[in-house]
Amino acid sequence: MMERFPSAKTPDPLKPRAPAARPWQALSLVAYLAVGLGLGLVALRWQVEGTLRPEQSLLWADFTSPLWTIAIGVLTNVACALLGCYLVLRRMSLLGDAISHAVLPGLAIAFLLTGELSGWPMFLGAMAIGVLTSVLTQAIAKLGKVSEDTSMGVVFTSLFALGVVLIMAFAKRAHIDAECILFGNIDWASTDWPPPPYWPVPRSVWPLGFSLLLTLVYVTLFWKELKIVSFDPALAAAMGLSVPFIHYSLMAMVAGISVTSFDAVGSILVVAMLVVPGATAALVTDRLSWMLAWAATFGIVSAVFGYVLAAALGTSVAGMMAVVAGAQLTGAVILGPHYGLASRWLRNLSLAVRIASEDVIARLYREEERGAGSGFGVQGSGGRSRESGVGTMVEWLAEFRLRNNHWVAADAGGQQRLTDAGRTAARNLVRAHRLWETYLDTHFDLPRDHLHDAAERMEHFLDPELQAELDAELAGVATDPHGKAIPRKEE
Amino acid sequence: MLKYNTLVVLAGVSLLGASAGMVGSFAVLRKRALTGDALSHAALPGLCLAFLFMRERNVPAMLLGALASGVAGIMIISALRRWTRVREDAAIGSVLTVFFGAGIALLAAIQKMEGLGSKAGLDSYIFGKTAGMTRADVYLILLAGVFGLVAVAILYKEFLSISFDIDFARSLGWPVYLLDLLLMSLVALAVVIGLPAVGVVLISALLIMPGAAARFWTDRLSTLLVLSGVFGFGVGLVGTWLSATLDQLPAGPIIVLSGTALFVVSMLLGSQRGIVARWIDQRRFETTLGLRQLLKIAWEREEAAGRPVALATGDLVSRKTWSEARANQLLSSAQSAGFVRPIASDISSFELTPSGRDEALAATRGQRLWEAFLAEYPEQAGSTANLASLSIEDYVPPAVVEQLTAQLRAANRWPSRRGRESLPPGDNP
Repeated sequence: MMERFPSAKTPDPLKPRAPAARPWQALSLVAYLAVGLGLGLVALRWQVEGTLRPEQSLLWADFTSPLWTIAIGVLTNVACALLGCYLVLRRMSLLGDAISHAVLPGLAIAFLLTGELSGWPMFLGAMAIGVLTSVLTQAIAKLGKVSEDTSMGVVFTSLFALGVVLIMAFAKRAHIDAECILFGNIDWASTDWPPPPYWPVPRSVWPLGFSLLLTLVYVTLFWKELKIVSFDPALAAAMGLSVPFIHYSLMAMVAGISVTSFDAVGSILVVAMLVVPGATAALVTDRLSWMLAWAATFGIVSAVFGYVLAAALGTSVAGMMAVVAGAQLTGAVILGPHYGLASRWLRNLSLAVRIASEDVIARLYREEERGAGSGFGVQGSGGRSRESGVGTMVEWLAEFRLRNNHWVAADAGGQQRLTDAGRTAARNLVRAHRLWETYLDTHFDLPRDHLHDAAERMEHFLDPELQAELDAELAGVATDPHGKAIPRKEE
Repeated sequence: MLKYNTLVVLAGVSLLGASAGMVGSFAVLRKRALTGDALSHAALPGLCLAFLFMRERNVPAMLLGALASGVAGIMIISALRRWTRVREDAAIGSVLTVFFGAGIALLAAIQKMEGLGSKAGLDSYIFGKTAGMTRADVYLILLAGVFGLVAVAILYKEFLSISFDIDFARSLGWPVYLLDLLLMSLVALAVVIGLPAVGVVLISALLIMPGAAARFWTDRLSTLLVLSGVFGFGVGLVGTWLSATLDQLPAGPIIVLSGTALFVVSMLLGSQRGIVARWIDQRRFETTLGLRQLLKIAWEREEAAGRPVALATGDLVSRKTWSEARANQLLSSAQSAGFVRPIASDISSFELTPSGRDEALAATRGQRLWEAFLAEYPEQAGSTANLASLSIEDYVPPAVVEQLTAQLRAANRWPSRRGRESLPPGDNP
């Protein structure tokens, strides 16, 4: 009965298993955030201490400005990071890039109409332009039969150019500085205070706080819809969810957030905060809720360290925030828990070591079976990767593993022999090998000399459960196709 | 009269547009339009680092730095895509912004330095400053343009293959990755040379727009390259001239907006893929199909009656889902093609002319053969059937055509002129 193998409950051993939501997700997230904030605050304290006059004590130091700067950065980055997760998941990061450039003319027009650079008109104008960018991109791609990236490139550079022209031509007298919109001025934003009767909070905190709140409401309200549309748009359409509504509302939100974030990080670096934390979080986890949490965390850490580093080096806060976000992405690419290069390398290494050491005991077992006995070496087990230098390391580690498991021991003559434990392990392995050969021989039309190689690979992945299933399937066949006895299972 | 300075700028920007347009059309074809954008942003930190290292405005060093960091950015993007779980769009977005952020940070640091910041003139790399262009810059642009042209001329066949059919190129054993990198390096060169003139954000427009606009006019790579070069040249020329005339306006955005205008016009009017051209093609095609239907109806009416029969608008409307206007329109096109003529006695009725009858016979044969073929081999429908073609012979082997013909004859559905007047249907040999 073919359908009994591979059985449904056995995961494919060759495929990396996706990390499940484990309790340590929360723990590591909190730890990362705590370490990030802690280190950042220590660095900040140290920096502020450096500016004190001798007679001042740290108690009197003015932390207000740096803390508000960081707060503004955090508000911006968290809102961007949350929305950015969906952009990354929907493979639309570049549309985020395009929109944040394209809102420029909307901003200019809103300013020309209302004479101010804040409040609802600007927010709504930006949202409209965000939707327009997306619509135009799709319309040109469809009508002109050009690829989506080409039409996106045409649309956003044109709108951006239009915005620059509008600003330079008509808004000269006003306080609207193209450079400020592009790069932001977070230091200025944090020191621009309203006159006394108001709450002691910098002006720009209100719109940023509002947009973060709006983002949170949006994400919570449309949680299910956003999730399904992000992972399976076809399913979403089949369920009767309006994919276009979710798409355009997301674009509108991105545009709105970009515009409110201009103060802090500027239009170009908004994209960094939209894309990079989300991309980083996707390397760390497979669950949407955790991805959002991680993205927000990465955004917060970027804000804190971006400020600290910028203050230390005397440079642009927004630029350093992007750099810190990039450093975190690099960290995740290398050290990410499951998809990271390092953990993938380690996984492959440990597999190679296991296979190499198992090959040794299986060989010793067969030699015992034949009545011959020679010493051991791990040579030949890692042959393929020998020349890269990895081979020798695998050999070394495999020997270590053999001794550590007490699978082999030196006999009186100095020869390495299987111990009892080693023999048991080896017997199971040889049993797996021969069961698999027999199974292949009964169920597949393969020449006899093709069986060994397949079994040589498969023997390392047949756990006792599968072996029992194979045994039942083969109904007590005692020898393999080459006539060798299949060792019985040992308790 | 144009001033000398203006002439220099005009020449420089036009040449820049030509070379960027030519290499950029490859980026458009490779569906890498936004990689050019990433490149131009990624070039900034290299530019600043080179400046910091040289401590002065040393153009070759800065260009080299920009080129190096731009190409590094492209390589990181492709490494992220190949070896990690980061998808292409996120990889482009991340590299673009992180590199640019680093560039901005370096720029801010440089501007604060004593005695250095003022002479850096690095600002112009963000928005571009065409006005500052010198003769040396023009020579540099020309040199880079000629270099790109020579490279494309030498590797024309290779670039053609990786642009249109990369799997084919791979199957020939060509170093596709290297060729791709070389192509991107050419794009990077154009970007880096163009940065001071139009700035980081808008240089990608110069890369994309000429190629994308030229694509509407031709299907051949060689023509496309020439045309995008010409378009780029024209965009640079017109944009610079406009911004010089309008005085108040910055050159970079105006150049881009001229490119936009060119793109929109090409999208509408392009002879090969333009919206109007495709619409006209579509209408012509619909008329051809409609005429064929009309002739077939005329033939079948004669076939049923066994003698020539007059054809009126009403007869057409009752057989098809055509509106009366559509039927009249088709009748008049048939008349002007000489297939039908009005009957003297009744001006609203038409009869087939001899040439129209030949045509009608061919149309009916073609259609019935196709129908028989599709009924016999429905699984072939997707791969071979092209109902737009009148003759089945181009698509189906002769033996099959013979078999289908015999089949139609046996079922007495093979249209033929013989026995029209005398034999009632059913007696065909």
